[in-house]
Amino acid sequence: MAVATRRLAFTVSRRTHRGWRTALIFAAPALILFTLFIALPVFEAAGASFYNWNGLRAPSADNFIGLKNYAQLMAHGTFQRALFNTGLIILSALLIQLPLALAIAQLLGGKQWGTITFRMIFFLPFILAEVAAGLIWRFMFDGDVGLVSAVVQAFGGEPFHILSDKNLAIVTILVVATWKYFGFHMMLYIAGMQAIDKSLYEAAAIDGANSWQQFFHVTLPGLASTIRLSVFFSVLGCLQFFDLVVPLTGGGPLNMSHTIVSYLYYFGITRMRIGYGDAVGVTLFIVCVLVAFNYKRWIMKND
Amino acid sequence: MTDFTMRAMPQRGRKPQDLSPGLALVRLLLLFLVAGFVLVPLLATMLGGLKTLGELLSNPFGLPQHWIWQNYVDVLSQPAVWRMLLNSLLIAVCTVLLTLAVAAPAAFAFAHLKFFGEQMLFNYLILGLTFPFATAILPLFLKVRDLGLLDTHWGVILPQVAFGLAASVLLMRNAFRHVPGELVEAALVDGASYARIFWSIILPLSLPILSTVAIITFVQSWNNYLLPLVVLNSPDNYPWPLGLMQFKSLYSTDWPKILTYITVTILPAVGAFLLAQKYIVAGLTAGAVKA
Repeated sequence: MAVATRRLAFTVSRRTHRGWRTALIFAAPALILFTLFIALPVFEAAGASFYNWNGLRAPSADNFIGLKNYAQLMAHGTFQRALFNTGLIILSALLIQLPLALAIAQLLGGKQWGTITFRMIFFLPFILAEVAAGLIWRFMFDGDVGLVSAVVQAFGGEPFHILSDKNLAIVTILVVATWKYFGFHMMLYIAGMQAIDKSLYEAAAIDGANSWQQFFHVTLPGLASTIRLSVFFSVLGCLQFFDLVVPLTGGGPLNMSHTIVSYLYYFGITRMRIGYGDAVGVTLFIVCVLVAFNYKRWIMKND
Repeated sequence: MTDFTMRAMPQRGRKPQDLSPGLALVRLLLLFLVAGFVLVPLLATMLGGLKTLGELLSNPFGLPQHWIWQNYVDVLSQPAVWRMLLNSLLIAVCTVLLTLAVAAPAAFAFAHLKFFGEQMLFNYLILGLTFPFATAILPLFLKVRDLGLLDTHWGVILPQVAFGLAASVLLMRNAFRHVPGELVEAALVDGASYARIFWSIILPLSLPILSTVAIITFVQSWNNYLLPLVVLNSPDNYPWPLGLMQFKSLYSTDWPKILTYITVTILPAVGAFLLAQKYIVAGLTAGAVKA
């Protein structure tokens, strides 16, 4: 016994001693890749956002323009619209997409007929690439060949060119986002519901609680931490919304359906205004970090 | 956290609530309504490729009067289509292998080795979680250019690996911690090296988490659009989402052809999903439960 303890003590001390070198060998590739492709670029972006820079030569003092990129950004109507649209996407996720996911999860929580099939159907859009989903819906909303327009016409309406309507084009993005992502949150809720202690339902039933009361007094409280998490990922995802915009509306018509990131792409990258695009990126970064930090600090503090 | 998501998959749950026949009917009606919302666009896409443009206009809802397979023949006989699918496959497989090769050792170090600055380095990596891909896309583009990787597949693969690291390392570290420390100690006492412990004890015991990370990484790479869009220039290197967009701008209003192309490109994903849905759903939802 004494020998064993001494041997263990020896290994432990050897372990801490050798720890650094070994750990470094194991972790180094990850740390290097992360630093090279994420940490460094972000620092450089923060710096470059103060320059009027096309990315070709290293920015010089002549190109330094301080906060002008940011000032121009905030004054640009299209960017304001992009902020507004991103806000709309978040709102529709919180008020339509997630409640729909929760309702469907509640309907599919049990063992009734077809449950697994329905779950699979609802999850299916989530695995499709945004580009494919966007084009599929571009077809659906097309004024000439699309089904949506065909339905409107079947009820005696005019051909419905929603994608070229500057005020309504953003609605198509909201619809497709709901279509694509609600099944994912539904799966999270179903998983969360199954972790709820079944005896709570039995106890509630014995106390005479009906299904609604069980939902509000057992299911919802039991799901609270899952819901907080799903809201968190939903909001961060909405802030970075991009891939669906390009195939669906391309930010148009008249740049009315941009999101923050599609604005960054069309006004920063495609025009090679690196400094300006970086200002958009840094703004988005600050918003995301503030949201993430405060959300974790205040809303998920007990999770 | 991972556990509770996995448990969703086998159909175990609370007892089915006994619904009255009326309510049961309403429930089914609602489910079919939402299922229609989900499936109609997909079915319309698949059938649309089998119609002519004229029939698309005159018969938007019905099955094709004459099933026209010519679009499929046209699309599938294009070498470009196969090359793009192959490019996507190549990029995805390399991304998965490299992610596993880089993230697993790091996760092992954070799970079972004690070293100075461990927590700090771990937090540094985890910072990548709250990190929007898009905010870094411009400087990333410059970095890839400066490294001479522009318009190469490595220019897509390496940043993808880097961006997936935070989530992968976190998921793996949590799983590796389930391997008892005593087991590692005992192996050390027996004279095994850390590399040996990692390879012969940790990895074989952690196959589920490795496959989860592999699935998440593969799907994300397969569907990625923004990064290849920025990095790749020549159509020969395009993965399929870029090819699809290019095809769309080429045949802007020839919808049957475009719909065929979409169908051909999403069918592998749909097929894989139907075959391995249990693992894919478990993997992707576990990936979301990051923190």
